[in-house]
Amino acid sequence: MKLDINGTVREVEAPPEMPLLWVIRDLLGFTGTKFGCGMAQCGACTVHLDGQPVRSCVTPVSTVGTRKVRTIEGLSPDGSHPVQRAWAEADVVQCGYCQSGQIMTTVALLEQNPSPSDTDIDAALSGNICRCGTYVRIREAVHLAARLSHGGGK
Amino acid sequence: MTLTRRDLLRTTATSTAGLVVAFHVPRVARAAGPAAPPLPPANAFLRIGADDSVTVLLAHSEMGQGSWTGLAMLVAEELDCDWSKVRCEHAPAAPVYAHPAFGVQMTGGSSATWSEFDRYRQVGATAKDMLIRAAAARWKVSPAACRAAGGKVIHGKDELSYGKLAEAAMKLAPPKTVSLKEPKDWKLIGTKVRRLDTPEKITGKAKFGMDVQFPDLRTAVVARPPAFGAKLAKFDATAALKVPGVEKVVPTANGVAVVAKHFWAAKLGRDALKIDWTPPEGGGVDTPKQMAEFHDKAKAPGAIAKTKGDIDAGLTGAKTKLVAEYEVPYLAHAPMEPLNCTVKIDGDRAEIWTGTQFQSIDQMVAGAILGHSPDKARDKVTIHTMFLGGGFGRRATPTSDFVSEAVIVAKAAGVPVKVVWTREDDIHGGYYRPAYVHRIQAGLDDKGRPVAWDHVVVGQSIVAGTPFEGMLAQHGVDSTSVEGLVESPYLESTGAVRVSLHSPKPPIPVLWWRSVGNTHTAFAMEGMIDEAAHAAGADPLAYRLALLKEKPRHAAALALAADKAGWSSPPPPGRARGIAVHESFRSIVAEVAEVSVENGRIRVHSVTCAVDCGTAINPLAIEAQVQGSVAFGLSAVLYGKLTFAGGRVQQSNFHDYPVVRMWDMPKIDVHIIQGKGAPMGGIGEPATAPIAPAVANAVFALTKQRLRTLPLKLA
Repeated sequence: MKLDINGTVREVEAPPEMPLLWVIRDLLGFTGTKFGCGMAQCGACTVHLDGQPVRSCVTPVSTVGTRKVRTIEGLSPDGSHPVQRAWAEADVVQCGYCQSGQIMTTVALLEQNPSPSDTDIDAALSGNICRCGTYVRIREAVHLAARLSHGGGK
Repeated sequence: MTLTRRDLLRTTATSTAGLVVAFHVPRVARAAGPAAPPLPPANAFLRIGADDSVTVLLAHSEMGQGSWTGLAMLVAEELDCDWSKVRCEHAPAAPVYAHPAFGVQMTGGSSATWSEFDRYRQVGATAKDMLIRAAAARWKVSPAACRAAGGKVIHGKDELSYGKLAEAAMKLAPPKTVSLKEPKDWKLIGTKVRRLDTPEKITGKAKFGMDVQFPDLRTAVVARPPAFGAKLAKFDATAALKVPGVEKVVPTANGVAVVAKHFWAAKLGRDALKIDWTPPEGGGVDTPKQMAEFHDKAKAPGAIAKTKGDIDAGLTGAKTKLVAEYEVPYLAHAPMEPLNCTVKIDGDRAEIWTGTQFQSIDQMVAGAILGHSPDKARDKVTIHTMFLGGGFGRRATPTSDFVSEAVIVAKAAGVPVKVVWTREDDIHGGYYRPAYVHRIQAGLDDKGRPVAWDHVVVGQSIVAGTPFEGMLAQHGVDSTSVEGLVESPYLESTGAVRVSLHSPKPPIPVLWWRSVGNTHTAFAMEGMIDEAAHAAGADPLAYRLALLKEKPRHAAALALAADKAGWSSPPPPGRARGIAVHESFRSIVAEVAEVSVENGRIRVHSVTCAVDCGTAINPLAIEAQVQGSVAFGLSAVLYGKLTFAGGRVQQSNFHDYPVVRMWDMPKIDVHIIQGKGAPMGGIGEPATAPIAPAVANAVFALTKQRLRTLPLKLA
């Protein structure tokens, strides 16, 4: 089957029920998207399908169809996306394992809601677990990313 | 395979053989004089490239705590290099990287910064000395006439970058001694420095153990016993081998591994195995029965951990006697990156890629499986430490469980294999924070101050049966079970004290979990002190300060946290505050939690922390570690609980073993007390322990319900 991933159409051979996560990681070699729970509980595997955040660990690859898959690798080649810049500025990461998912969820949030409140952030990001407890700085970084996305700088 | 204590100690013999030669220090010149201890071999810890890049090799694993940045700061401070050119790498596993205090290569005990404070600065100073001499020789001037700054050696109008000098410098004899900067001259230490690992961690480029891929690498998923104490009887792999992509099925020490082209096939294959397990002898652990036994045991004293005065007379003579029992459950670490380990065996050699906190032990255990002595294992087993997707203690197992299993699988399968655990495997797979029961009898005098304290602890020993037993247990007392209790500052002025310990041995693998024994001792101790303050009719802060008159650092932390939290003014309507202070890993943390009850649930709105960790290297990292520790501890306060039935864990994933999420997260303010001459402490763990008593004490202040069991549940 064909998969449109990060702007390139790739041919993959995978059983139809194979989760998109493992197609992305094990068959296509994009390891930035992470496995954390396998049951849509932790958000580490978050990718975008046509801009919508989905849990790739429970998304059978056969259901993707022609929708465009975007992973953390497709966000920017160099970390220059406003959300990534905000993450760096706020010094968010610790172990870093969950952060691809946190960032992908935030990008989708800001595309739909350019100026989220703390309540909006709680609602959008409570599906993404961080065991290091970077939540306080994630919250700061989301607000900062919103400002950077508006072109307003800090 | 278990290591003996002797094996462990043998690894402490430090080698002077450097491993990285880019910045080579001739071996002969490194002989230590009789007076000064030998300087660390700079070549093992530092490479300076012709492109001016400065690469620091980390003896400690980066698992989120920030050593990747903090240890590099120590080198850079003394090297006077350009910080923008500094990079890090994990060091290989080798004796030269043994922990300066613990003797084996490992990461844990909130110790990386204080234990490496001298060594990593000396590395920077040694290299700078050699670079200056190389420049002086080129200019034919005295080294004393040259200075170093910003990655260059400067003499008058001449300057040479470190990259241009590295080759000449590495041919020079290293200095016998170096002098380190006075704190007043520090430029980097003490400033807010952002993390060096951010660029790769925000782009998905960072490589965790899970991300190791190379041609011919296979993935294995392992069926392990469904209950602790169960044993593999027989298995039928017919259906598993029919799953497309599955290539092999091999037995492990007590399980069955399915080896496949990729994870998904391995997982389906594992699920298709038909396995007969022999149930645990005696039926396995049942939580209600086990906890009843623990409470029963707590009625009588155990092995003595601390004693002074006459406890019986003290309790009899007390004006008031309080009796209370505190209880905490088993907990999984549940790091975000499920356990995994990649092994490639070539003849009698093995190459291992994994996120580990215990390189020396993994190396020996892996070597033993291949038939090597610990000495030989160092040559035959290569360990590539990957980024750790969280550790929290789980990646520091004295048995090297997840590494040894992968070596066994790779050996049996005859191909390079990455063993991947699912989240369910992680929650079911053991190595938990043990459950504990504390029974405390506190005798108070007519002013409500403790004069007698009888404290019985019941819970599994973490170190029993491990190579660490000799170091960490004496006279039947595992020091990790009672840490934070036997040294409690509250008991110093108490006349009669007895702390004792029962260490039952149910067949459940247990381990250190972020802040170890302090997770339960702080909860019990600070809870009971709060009960005593209430019995005395005193303000919880004032009561503590009165008891801690001889403990100025504890008192200062309490006072600062209380002040910043607005303790002296009433909280908003419907809310209450609780306070706790605890010393662990050489640091003191006081926390004030402000809570409410919403729809019958405890909600923590804010946590104000005051931290005394001695000299503060990177305030930005300290703040992050305190925030993270509070979140980690809060998961145990609000949710964390594993239960057993017939030796089986009844939880399996984040839906039934919940952890703190964004919507639970309080506002956290961190205030750092600049330690005045206090020795440097750790920061990865110490803020974890005070959050449980701070929240429980706040809930009492709000509801008058004294909740003595974690996770907290309102009546």
